[in-house]
Amino acid sequence: MAILVDRHSRVITQGLTGRAGQFHTAACLDHAHGAQCFVGGVNPRKAGETCVGLPVFGSVREARRHTGATVSVIYVPPAFAAAAIDEAVDAGIELVVCITQGIPVRDMIRTRHRMQGSPTALLGPSSPGVITPGELKVGIMPGPIHRPGRIGVLSSSGALTYEAVSQLGAAGLGQSTVVGLGSDPVGGLTHIDVLKMFNDDPDTDAVLVVGEIGGDAEEQCAHWVHEHMRKPVIGFIAGVTAPAGRGSVTANAKLSVLAQCGIRVARHPGDVGTLLARVASPECLSLD
Amino acid sequence: MNIHEFQGKAILRKYGAATPRGFPCQSPDEAVEVARRLGGKSWMVKAQIHAGGRSKAGGVKLAKSLSEVHRHAADMLDTTLVTPHTGPAGRVVRRLLVEQGAEIRKAFQVKLMVDRRSQRVALSACGQGGTGGTHQVLIDPGTGLKTAEADDIARRLGIPEKAIPEARDFLRNLYRAFDERDASRAEIDPLVLTTDGRVLALDASFRFDPNALFRQPEIAAMRESGDADAGELPDGGCAKFDLAGIPLYGNIGCLVNGRGLAMATLDVIKLYGGTPATFLDVGSRATAAKVAQALKPMLRNPDLQVVLVNVFGGLVRCDVIAHGVIEAARHARPGVPLVVRMQGTHEELGRTLLAQSGLPVIGAISLADAAGKAVVAAASAALRRH
Repeated sequence: MAILVDRHSRVITQGLTGRAGQFHTAACLDHAHGAQCFVGGVNPRKAGETCVGLPVFGSVREARRHTGATVSVIYVPPAFAAAAIDEAVDAGIELVVCITQGIPVRDMIRTRHRMQGSPTALLGPSSPGVITPGELKVGIMPGPIHRPGRIGVLSSSGALTYEAVSQLGAAGLGQSTVVGLGSDPVGGLTHIDVLKMFNDDPDTDAVLVVGEIGGDAEEQCAHWVHEHMRKPVIGFIAGVTAPAGRGSVTANAKLSVLAQCGIRVARHPGDVGTLLARVASPECLSLD
Repeated sequence: MNIHEFQGKAILRKYGAATPRGFPCQSPDEAVEVARRLGGKSWMVKAQIHAGGRSKAGGVKLAKSLSEVHRHAADMLDTTLVTPHTGPAGRVVRRLLVEQGAEIRKAFQVKLMVDRRSQRVALSACGQGGTGGTHQVLIDPGTGLKTAEADDIARRLGIPEKAIPEARDFLRNLYRAFDERDASRAEIDPLVLTTDGRVLALDASFRFDPNALFRQPEIAAMRESGDADAGELPDGGCAKFDLAGIPLYGNIGCLVNGRGLAMATLDVIKLYGGTPATFLDVGSRATAAKVAQALKPMLRNPDLQVVLVNVFGGLVRCDVIAHGVIEAARHARPGVPLVVRMQGTHEELGRTLLAQSGLPVIGAISLADAAGKAVVAAASAALRRH
C-alpha cells in the first residue's frame, strides 16, 4: 500500500508544457507504473494539444473530469503557483504536490487559509515530491536510486534525501515511500502528519527522518515519536560538526532531544544506511 | 532583505501609520538644514545602518539646539558603529535621519512576523523592555487586523481610552503595510504614546520576503549593493553559503547542491580531518555560465588544494554542472585536482563530460568516498608544497 501515492493514483501535471514540467513528467512516466498513472496536464493556453504523449487540458477541473485525476503535481512559476494550488483544491484533487520553489509567503498564507476544512492534502511548496518505488514517482527525485522496500523516508531537504536514499540502497534497504516536505515557512503536510501515515502503514517497518541543524521541526516530531510511534525511527541530521558558538549548541541540543525520544541518530553522514540496517533488521523489530 | 529606518518610516506614513516628521541627510550642514525646516525645540539625530542596538553605541542622539544637531551629525557620519547586531567589524554610517523630538509618556514594542505553526501573521506587543507581559493576536488573512483585536491589544498595553482610536489606526495600518508590501518581519521599538496623546513609531525596522521582490519594485529599489543578505538570491543562480558563521579557512573548495547536502559534506570532511574553504550552492535553475562564474573566485584562492564537487541532481542537472566546472577550470591554476561525485539527473553525461575534459578528475562513488578522497588529495598537495 505504502502512503500518499501508488499504482492506483491518477496524476496530472500543472505546468506540464514548461521546461521543468515536461522534463520531470517524462522521467516520472518512465518510472514503474508512471505511464499508466500520469493521465494529463494543464495549461489554459494550450488546451487540446498533447505534451510528452499526455493530453493538455485548459483547467484542473476539466482535466479531472476527463481523467479522474486524484493527484496533481505543480511546476508553475512562483508568481502563479499559489493560484495553481487554489485551482487544484477547488477542483477536488486529493493530493497536491507543489514542486515550485520561491512562492511568496503572503500567497501561501492565503492559500492555506482557503484550504481550511478542505479534504485536499498539500505537499510542499518546494517539495522534491513523493515516490513509492516500484509503483509511482511524482516529483523531481532521481528515480533509479530508489528501490521497493519497507523503510519510510521523510525529509525537508532535497539533495540530502537523495543522499540518504542512495545509502539505504547500498545497505540493501528499499523504501516504502519517500516524502519530501519542502522547507518553506508556510506549507502543507508536516513531519508529524507524515509520521502518522507511516505509523499506520502496514508496508512500513521503520522510518528515516532526514533534517538539518536549525529550526525545531525535528524536535517537535521527536516528542510525537516518543509518545505515539510504534516503529523504530532513525535520524540523519546534517550540520552536527558545525563548530563553535551557536551552531554547536543547537546541534548538541537537537541531538540530545532526539536521543531522549528514542530516535537513533547517525553521527557520521556515511553511516545512515548501516545504522538503519542494524535497527531495522528483523531481530530488532521483533523486540518492539 | 532589510531596509533603513527612514525608508521603513516612509512606508508607515504612506499607510497612515504615524511617525515623527523627519528627513534623511548625508552631511552635518544638511542635517542642520533639515532641523531648521522641521522646526521645534529638539531633534533626534539617528545613524542609518542595517543593525539594531544603535543608541547604546552612540548612533542615536538628542539635540536641543541647531549647533548640537551639527555636532552630533559630524560625530556620527563616516564613523564605524559597532553594536551587538553588527558583528565586530561594525557598519560605517553613511546617512543620518534627523527628525522632530517627541515627548514620551509611555513606550511599547510591537512586532509582526509569520507564525509557522498557525500559518498566519502574528502581531505581538508589550511594554518597552518586555514589561507587562506580551499580548498576541494571530491575524486572519481574510479580514486583516480587526478593530476589536486592535483595540484589545491597545487596552492591554495600558493605552488610555482617549488615545485608543489612534492606537487602533496605527496597528491596523501597520498590518496593512506589512501585508501589502510583502514584509516578512516588522518591528516598531519603541512605539510611543506622547504627552499630547499621539501614537507614534519612533523606530521602524522591516524585513521583506526576497521571493516577492518581483512585485515590489519600490522595495527592491531600496536594496543596497553592499547589504545583500547572503543566501537569499531568488534568481536561482549560484550563491555562497552562509553556514551560520562557520569559519571556512581550509583548502578544500566545495561545490554542492542544497544546504542540507552542503552541511552533510562539511560534516564528513571534518570527521576525516579536513578543512573546507568556500562552499558554493548550485541553485536549482543554475546555468553552466553561472556555475562557471561562481567557481572562478574560488579557484583563484591561493590556499585551495582540491575542489570537491558533490552533486546529487534532482532539479539540477549533472551535465549542466559539468559544463560550468569545465569552463571555470580553464582559468584555474593547473594541477588542482577535482574530486567529483555526481549522482542523479543526467549523472552519466556529467561524469563523461568531466572525464573527457582533460582535467585532473578523481572520481568518487559516495559522499564518504568523495570527502575521503578530497581530504587525502588536500593533505598530499599541502605536503608537496612544504
